[in-house]
Amino acid sequence: MAQIAVAFAVGIIFALGLAVSEMINPARIIGFLDVAGRWDPTLLLVMAGALAVTVPIFPLILRRSKPILAAQFSLPTKTQVDPPLVIGAAIFGAGWGLAGFCPGPALAALASGSPSVILFVAAMLVGQWLAWRFETR
Amino acid sequence: MIEPNTLGGLIGGALIGLAAVLLLALNGRIAGISGILGGLITSTGRGDRFWRCAFIFGLLAGAGLYALTSGLPLELQARGPTLLVAGLLVGFGTRLGSGCTSGHGVCGLARRSPRSLLATMVFMVAAALTVFLTHHIF
Repeated sequence: MAQIAVAFAVGIIFALGLAVSEMINPARIIGFLDVAGRWDPTLLLVMAGALAVTVPIFPLILRRSKPILAAQFSLPTKTQVDPPLVIGAAIFGAGWGLAGFCPGPALAALASGSPSVILFVAAMLVGQWLAWRFETR
Repeated sequence: MIEPNTLGGLIGGALIGLAAVLLLALNGRIAGISGILGGLITSTGRGDRFWRCAFIFGLLAGAGLYALTSGLPLELQARGPTLLVAGLLVGFGTRLGSGCTSGHGVCGLARRSPRSLLATMVFMVAAALTVFLTHHIF
């Protein structure tokens, strides 16, 4: 139960971060990606702000034998660079550049009730499902 | 175009970092949005689905809260068919590539994961290239 409450609270903080930084706004993302246009460095500042917190603190957390509320850490198990990683990242990048939405901002933007956002998120879910079928075929 | 949001960017980024730190320290989970969402499709346990849903409801609640006070900054240039294709690519690519901006970019880099560093560079370059092609060539 406590872990459910934590997940909810963390989701709120995450969305507030996306909103305050305006990363929820696709125009900001496109502005950052448009290096040949009038470049908007905001996304870089967001990454710097986030990494300034996670880079020093993650190693301290991971030094513990287990997290505070759960029995163990659930971390990614893959360590080797492989073709799916590179191909997947390239496909994701193409979609990100097309709309200016990545998964976090798109989900948070659902709060606007915009039909365009709903369409994007629905397509994103179908895309995830297709990749899952592709992996388990 | 819009002016850079310097202060908002740094503060918002720190909030995202704080969220990632809390989720890892308390629940032992990586705050990668595509992974949290994707787990809903593949997950088997009810408890596992619960926390994923709670996180996504939290995202909606946080954005809703902000919308009530300041209004959501949301300027979407892409239209129907483009959004559809973009959504499919983002969903497929993040699943195949094991993560998105938050999982690889914010958490993976903090774990000093070589996979995440490479993925972050690849999706940044691919996205910039896509914007260059769609805004300056075609």
